[in-house]
Amino acid sequence: MTAADLTPRMTAVCGAANVITDPLELRTYECDGLTSHRATPALVVLPGTAEEVASVVKACAENGIPFVARGSGTGLSGGAVPHSEGVLIVLSRMREIIEIDPVARRAVLEPGVTNLAVTTAAAPYGLFYAPDPSSQVICSVGGNVAENSGGAHCLKNGFTVHHVTGVEIVTPDGELTWLGDGTGVGAGLDLLGAFTGSEGTLGIVTKIVVKLLPAPQTVHLVLAAYDTLADGGRAVSDIIGAGIVPAAIEMMDALAIEAAEAAVACGYPQGAGAVLLVELDGPASEVEAELTTVRELCEAAGAREIVMADDPAERAGIWKGRKAAFAAVGRLSPSYIVQDGVVPRTALGDVLGRISAMSEETGIRVANVFHAGDGNLHPLVLYNDASESETAAAEELSGKILDACIEYGGSITGEHGVGVDKSRYMPKMFTDEDLDTMQLVRCAFDPAGLCNPGKVFPTPRLCGEVPGPRRDPHPAVASGQAEIF
Amino acid sequence: MTPDAKTLYPTSTEEASAMLADAAARGLTILPRGGGSRLNWGNPVTACDLIVDTTRMDQVIEHVAGDLVVRVQAGARMGDIAAALAKAGQEIALDVPDDATAGGVIASGLTGPRRLRYGSPRDLLIGVTIVRADGTVARSGGKVVKNVAGYDLGKLFAGSAGTLGLITEATFRLHPLPGARSYVTASYPSSADAARAVADASGSALTASAVELHRGPAPDGPVQVGALLEGSQAGVGSRAADMVALLGSDASASPETPGWWLARKRVPDGGTLIGVTFWVSALESVLGTIAGQAREFSLTPVVNGSAGAGIVHVGLGPSADPEVAARFTGALRARLSHTRGGVGVLTAPEPVRAALGDHGGMTGTVPSLRLMKAVRDQFDPEHRMSPGRLFGQEA
Repeated sequence: MTAADLTPRMTAVCGAANVITDPLELRTYECDGLTSHRATPALVVLPGTAEEVASVVKACAENGIPFVARGSGTGLSGGAVPHSEGVLIVLSRMREIIEIDPVARRAVLEPGVTNLAVTTAAAPYGLFYAPDPSSQVICSVGGNVAENSGGAHCLKNGFTVHHVTGVEIVTPDGELTWLGDGTGVGAGLDLLGAFTGSEGTLGIVTKIVVKLLPAPQTVHLVLAAYDTLADGGRAVSDIIGAGIVPAAIEMMDALAIEAAEAAVACGYPQGAGAVLLVELDGPASEVEAELTTVRELCEAAGAREIVMADDPAERAGIWKGRKAAFAAVGRLSPSYIVQDGVVPRTALGDVLGRISAMSEETGIRVANVFHAGDGNLHPLVLYNDASESETAAAEELSGKILDACIEYGGSITGEHGVGVDKSRYMPKMFTDEDLDTMQLVRCAFDPAGLCNPGKVFPTPRLCGEVPGPRRDPHPAVASGQAEIF
Repeated sequence: MTPDAKTLYPTSTEEASAMLADAAARGLTILPRGGGSRLNWGNPVTACDLIVDTTRMDQVIEHVAGDLVVRVQAGARMGDIAAALAKAGQEIALDVPDDATAGGVIASGLTGPRRLRYGSPRDLLIGVTIVRADGTVARSGGKVVKNVAGYDLGKLFAGSAGTLGLITEATFRLHPLPGARSYVTASYPSSADAARAVADASGSALTASAVELHRGPAPDGPVQVGALLEGSQAGVGSRAADMVALLGSDASASPETPGWWLARKRVPDGGTLIGVTFWVSALESVLGTIAGQAREFSLTPVVNGSAGAGIVHVGLGPSADPEVAARFTGALRARLSHTRGGVGVLTAPEPVRAALGDHGGMTGTVPSLRLMKAVRDQFDPEHRMSPGRLFGQEA
């Protein structure tokens, strides 16, 4: 049985219009937001309901066919790269906001709803959905659950896992069940917590209950320009040291500023070596006091210019430069690698110094855009993908940046996930025993290893005595009509 | 619990690993123990050959104030950790007893009023070291807050009640200690008024850290509602004034903790504590149902809890008849089954537990129980870690 053989059954479940078999159309699904990893799926289905997802998964499970779920395909670690012999289950048709309960401050969503759509729908009630990855206009909440997405504002408000209080999932054997009941107070094991961020390897989300937060009374954005990243870094340490937890603290280096300026004319101070953005939000009386302190600390750290913005249009103008930075860097170079390492905040200066030294040593340009408040670095390693040697050198440098992050007690990924891209780095961060223990969870949910295989872990664990479908004799063999030689 | 259970006191992860490997070789059942204050919560263990007591693993290993993280041994007492952190003006933002251990807090999922703002232990835990039933040592997470590498075993172990393995080390994210606190409280005559106040307070942009509720022991008595505001001296004063306005003319602000705050912790020995979880929009119905069933069964429960975060505790004294307590629990479950949430018994004396029945009597219906048991089977295939604790009698 191959995935293509499932076409009639998938068509019966989802309708012919929602089953893609045409080779050319299949190719449009060959990668997600990380285009360096590609595989053409054998079959693509677009189910419209949770029950359809369950039927699709059941068909795969019964026949030992691997399957991969995909939301909007904006992931940056290849977490939704299809399996070439498997079924790709695209959830973008399931995009209904099922319910908003403004009193309970909860929303019930289908997985294909875009991140920003949640806040847009909640805004009339004075509420918002806190996780805000940069791709929030297009990325889906189902994908956010799979990746435990963060965003610039997770410094204060936390990640997706802190805002999801229940999910309905289809288990890898095709059963519909709930993890958590939406209250946020569960009984028994916290499977919801373990599931969130499991990168689509434990099942497929079909409904999501999220917390909504009251929209802040006041939001202030401070932009401070510095001659060096080190000066800006000092301001960050001093702000945290003063007991202030801003909504976001972002930093960009000269190369990133130059690129953003060229792309969107964001009006950042000319010639700055570093731009620091500090956003404060909350009750007006608290924010006013914090704002004074933040301004003083930014000045004391040697800011050459400070811009304060409190109205939404001004703030959006300043954020535009930061949010456009990745794409803008594309103008500086034919290609680039986005890294996603994390270091303890106190090691930021050391690690940025190491990156700068490595960049000088190799002649490979690196633009730095990072979530300074939580030590999450996004170095953009620039190279020409037409040159094999440049590509290899860029990949090597990118790997060395992760080595430095691990050396300082950090992580290989802060928010983009491991996916296919970083599974090879997992043994640098974790022991065999660590990885083996994590995979016990995988074995409990997906003993046959069919659900998004090949992601997160460098080597799959054998799940003991599991009669997976692939182990059964072929029906033709079992019935005596065929033999295997 | 086996009366002659032997107690072991590891001082390090390595020692704990050796002890568990040895116990595995001998097929012994194990009960991990921290401060021991929650061992009478949930189902009792059905077998216990060995107690592994973590209280000699009591060190704060690393506190990096600039990173707002602390790494501790599992047996470190929360009060000792808090004292160390306070020197740098920081805290683990959980309201838990000083004599609870870090590992015990995680394993029992212990929370307090400020869960509304900061969540429960799983939300503040960023790294964990555990020893599996066979002695294997494993880590997940790390010492940075933002980290999505690998599965988050910390979340899985939080609330696992010692059924998946032994927690030996934990790393928490910290928050700055607030400069000032204010409790804004008001009393309401009816469930409906109180429910509205809880919704207003917890949904307000004044960002309360906690919104608590208290009623009892008269089932239809007045309901106290309190909102805790934390922040700077100037900020808290102004926010408290706004919160007073929001909660009505009867409301007042004070820096002092109200007497009824956390009254649920004072359920006497032999009492029964029932947790009712809900969406805040159902609070009026929850309060009305509890009062109605209390009248029906002639009980005088104390209702106290983090209503703004969707949970209240219903406490019955030791004098409540076990059969009646069990039927009252069942009636709450039945009448609230149409709302999202659940009714679980957190702690109860043996006669009440017996009356509730074994399978699911304490927890009620738990979704995805099959998956939970599958996870348990993977981590502890022989069911030697705290057997019976989470799921009642295990095969």
